[in-house]
Amino acid sequence: MQAFSVRHLLGIKDINPKDIETIFETADNFKDVLNRPIKKVPSLRDITIANIFFENSTRTRLSFELAEKRLSADTINFSSSNSSVKKGETLVDTVNNILAMKVDMVVMRHSSPGAPHFLSRHINANIINAGDGTHEHPTQALLDAYSIREKLGEVAGKKVAIIGDILHSRVALSNIFCLQKLGAEVMVCGPITLLPKHISSLGVKVELDVKKALQWCDVANVLRIQLERQQIKYFPSLREYSLYYGINKQLLDQLGKSIVIMHPGPINRGVELNSDVADSEHSIILHQVENGVAIRMAVLYLLAGTK
Amino acid sequence: MQKRLVLDQTQIGITISRFCYQLIENHDDFENTVLLGLQPRGSLVLDRLIDRLKEITSKTVLHGYLDATFHRDDFRRRDLPLRANETKIDFLIENKKVVLVDDVLYKGRSVRAAMDAMIAFGRPQKVELMVLIDRKYTRDFPIKPDYFGRQVNTLESQYVSVEWKSQDYLEDSIWITEKSLKN
Repeated sequence: MQAFSVRHLLGIKDINPKDIETIFETADNFKDVLNRPIKKVPSLRDITIANIFFENSTRTRLSFELAEKRLSADTINFSSSNSSVKKGETLVDTVNNILAMKVDMVVMRHSSPGAPHFLSRHINANIINAGDGTHEHPTQALLDAYSIREKLGEVAGKKVAIIGDILHSRVALSNIFCLQKLGAEVMVCGPITLLPKHISSLGVKVELDVKKALQWCDVANVLRIQLERQQIKYFPSLREYSLYYGINKQLLDQLGKSIVIMHPGPINRGVELNSDVADSEHSIILHQVENGVAIRMAVLYLLAGTK
Repeated sequence: MQKRLVLDQTQIGITISRFCYQLIENHDDFENTVLLGLQPRGSLVLDRLIDRLKEITSKTVLHGYLDATFHRDDFRRRDLPLRANETKIDFLIENKKVVLVDDVLYKGRSVRAAMDAMIAFGRPQKVELMVLIDRKYTRDFPIKPDYFGRQVNTLESQYVSVEWKSQDYLEDSIWITEKSLKN
């Protein structure tokens, strides 16, 4: 098997296209496992995984936990809201205490960009970044690209528009790295205030008009407005945002072609995406969720198996 | 001894035919029997068996391909995880007679893993094992074949390679080779 080039999955930036292909091929096999009567394999039966979430999460945490259980790993869960972090414990101390209980892998979400990188320099366990602030969310990007590959056959040569709050989105950055490594063309689209200043230096097209972006792309990955990360107002009102950047059926019908609609969730229905699009045949949002488990199983399996 | 021929193309053909008649003898019209090829190499044997059985009985016996990679007991004990292959079983094996088919039986660990993987598709009534080559005196587990093509005595330092014409070899053949010579 192709050697996995990293010990931790900290970001898509650190891995190479061959790693991504290996993850996809392994995920194909796990997807098959997930469709069997018994959806469980014993590969990680002697592994203990700590899911450490310093930030809220529903989908990602559940998806990781399910992936771990499907692989027969033992899991412990930790969330900062009911922990000693509130009492002033440092990140390294918290994690070292958890590792003293003989934990082999850590899945971590943290609000500070680079937190998992910092941790990887101080502890011995394999670390998987489940989202670090506005930096990266590698497993989301992998499952997005995997879902595109599943729907359209391949990622190379496809045009993908990422639409919405790019400035605060870790999903956007990981998606850009991942899609480019797989040979796709990437465009970002959103209000100028929600686009990072030098985003074009990453080799992506920049578009302010959502209609033009939709006309250009094969796939639209629509992102949520991350109000919780916005300390100042970036646009006048959600209603106005929805008016200019919200995607509805009428807009898609005007395109004269069929495009794939994706969303990493949670959806703000009626803001970035209308229900008539989110629940339409264009949408592969629920496939993304299903693929998330297979992708996370593949990442856990490959990292656990690489010495 | 650097490379020794165990079975040539004609002998492999005869062995496959013998397997077919043994299966017909024990499983009648295969009404309640399924054949599972162990991925990756057992599937090549299975394909040959299915083709020959079709020639003899004029019907295709229910069969599938089973991959046991995720059930192996050497995960994290190798430098790299093994690459998995496709499992293709479009039926349940509940109450079926299952014949597992592989090319070479060595330590018995793959077969153990395969039996573990197989259970995900139901509780079989009975399981049999068919292998082209049985490497005697090398087992780590108490596993023995119900059908075998040839039993051979081999050393740890040796490797049994099964070459198929369908995989771009000149002809079907089975060899015992010194591991040091393998590629």
